Amino acid sequence: MSVPLPYYLALSAILFTIGVIGVLARRNVIVIFMSIELMLNSVNLTLVAFSAFLGDVAGQALVFFVMAVAAAEAAVGLAIVIAVYRNKQTVHVDDINILKW
Amino acid sequence: MTAEPLLFVFLAACAVTTAVLMVSHRNPVICAISLIGNFFCLAALYLLLRAQLLAVLEIAVYAGAIMVLVVFVIMLLNIGEETRTSERFSFRTIVGGVLGFGLLLELLYLFVFTHYTAPPLAMHRDAPLVGTVESMGQALYTQYLFPLQITGVLLLAAVVGAVILAKRRLS
Repeated sequence: MSVPLPYYLALSAILFTIGVIGVLARRNVIVIFMSIELMLNSVNLTLVAFSAFLGDVAGQALVFFVMAVAAAEAAVGLAIVIAVYRNKQTVHVDDINILKW
Repeated sequence: MTAEPLLFVFLAACAVTTAVLMVSHRNPVICAISLIGNFFCLAALYLLLRAQLLAVLEIAVYAGAIMVLVVFVIMLLNIGEETRTSERFSFRTIVGGVLGFGLLLELLYLFVFTHYTAPPLAMHRDAPLVGTVESMGQALYTQYLFPLQITGVLLLAAVVGAVILAKRRLS
């Protein structure tokens, strides 16, 4: 027998929560970035689970687009990290306050 | 298949362990490596859900492309372990933990203990046919053709933006 749907949803909720805690508690901008990737992946798991249990391809097509957007986000986000590091010599988010007044 | 629940429990435990290690470890390289392990666990879970193409793409795009970029940036910037131990378990950590725990309870209540979405208890009998390359390609190139083209434009814009942002100013 296959695993019921709520188990996948519960696992996805746990992974999403770990990602949220990572974003809220960590101060290293690259670790925050990786926590965001973790949250995107947990939502992907939800979409794939619903897609398999409903027999509909729409969820998996959406996961495909989420992966493409995550790749674009990774490229631009890491370029911003490099640009900030070149100016401020830090990746600690408390030291990056040039947009704060 | 009686091995499937066992496999699910093992993969879920691995995924949660690697995720916790990623969030809690102070060395960014170990964070990145545990996140790669998490992506492999999720790819195996996609296979359990009969999503073959997405399992391959998860490893190729996430563990392959994105995490290589992240590890490359960590190496390039030469980021060591976090030394500010006083800030690692601060007020902010406690607030984050409490908020995250509240969110977890809320999500578990919504997903597991209500019948709001009326989830079917067994996998759809056509599930192995949904995740194939043929089925995904059929959907992406007919029903989702316009979003697919927009995704191409988005990736082009991201490439150009990344080059512009990371370029050393010649002044």
